[in-house]
Amino acid sequence: MYAQMVKSTGTMKTREEMDERERAFQDRIDAGEKIEPQDWMPEGYRKTLIRQIGQHAHSEIVGQLPEGNWITRAPTLERKAILLAKVQDEAGHGLYLYCAAETLGVSRDEMTEKLHDGKMKYSSIFNYPTLTWADIGAVGWLVDGAAIMNQVALQRTSYGPYSRAMVRICKEESFHQRQGYSIMMKMASGTPEQKRMAQDALDRLWYPSLMMFGPSDKDSVHSAQSMAWKIKVSTNDELRQKFVDQTVPQAEYLGLTVPDENLKWNEEKGGYDFSEPDWQEFHDVLAGNGPCNADRMAARRTAWEDGAWYRDGLVAHANKRAAQRMAAE
Amino acid sequence: MSSEWPLWEVFIRGQHGLNHRHVGSLHAPDAEMAIRHARDVYTRRNEGVSIWVVPSNQITASVPSEKGPMFDPSKSKIYRHPTFYDIPDEVGHM
Repeated sequence: MYAQMVKSTGTMKTREEMDERERAFQDRIDAGEKIEPQDWMPEGYRKTLIRQIGQHAHSEIVGQLPEGNWITRAPTLERKAILLAKVQDEAGHGLYLYCAAETLGVSRDEMTEKLHDGKMKYSSIFNYPTLTWADIGAVGWLVDGAAIMNQVALQRTSYGPYSRAMVRICKEESFHQRQGYSIMMKMASGTPEQKRMAQDALDRLWYPSLMMFGPSDKDSVHSAQSMAWKIKVSTNDELRQKFVDQTVPQAEYLGLTVPDENLKWNEEKGGYDFSEPDWQEFHDVLAGNGPCNADRMAARRTAWEDGAWYRDGLVAHANKRAAQRMAAE
Repeated sequence: MSSEWPLWEVFIRGQHGLNHRHVGSLHAPDAEMAIRHARDVYTRRNEGVSIWVVPSNQITASVPSEKGPMFDPSKSKIYRHPTFYDIPDEVGHM
């Protein structure tokens, strides 16, 4: 999802292997208590959280790029205002998450530099291009839909500041998915060519959306510790299944076809059977070889470097004003 | 090398007559910009009618490990709650 393949630090310990503090910590987690910044926590818990929240924050920020691409080309003024509001929300979501990560003793600039140096990741999904206006619909519908699936679960995560950021984000995010679906409805009920664009967007973004939840549980090596610490609260496959079950009827309503020959309702499990995405592609994209990785990182670095004079200028101004006030006192 | 903007804590009054409530934090070079950023980040959907910002390093917090000695003493003082007292029904609402 927005945080995929987050490496968990430290090997899983049994209760007997834990020291007294670790046991007390695990007891608090098991009792459903929230951990707050000032509380003692195992170093592995802290490091894993920084990785996960940082990656989540970076995803919000990089996620602005594929959509920002269409702000000036939106088909109507209303759609433009809506898209602008959505992209602005993503900036806010990034900020909530950076602030949550900062309570763990890492600075926002540090995280930004790590992203730019390729030492921190963001979700694989944002390395795919948005080629047509229908892609903006599909991104809202599928990508934000998948994000919500994950974030609703994460409201119950054990770290207080992360959980509170999720509550806030979930409140704002529902509009994102709906505006996307609204674009899809318009396209799917439009001219045959518009409907083809909608189908094409679904064809290209379906599997990348399924990849957002991360590798299959059987290959997810870092999940167990994160689940025990309630940094993660649902497994990748659980969330993926939920997403498919929710999305297929929505595609049917649009009169679009999910690009999966194996998609079939399974009465017994009460959910759909479906094909897994190409995991080789997923690993390639994460490793930096997706269609847009280089573009995204170049855009981020340029924004950061070109904005330096502005950030510095405001600091210089603030310092000057502070000095003037001191002199006046 | 740029210097990082300091961190501010943001408090919003949701409606007239309510307390300001802590909603989160943000970075800004000074108080004026902190208010502007807070408006853009925390009140995009009519969440507030007033904003306070405070430099995060100006906040003094109680120590979590002293939670027991700090807050436990009030637990035994149940006579501070109205429900401690039995008032006969005949007396009416009190």
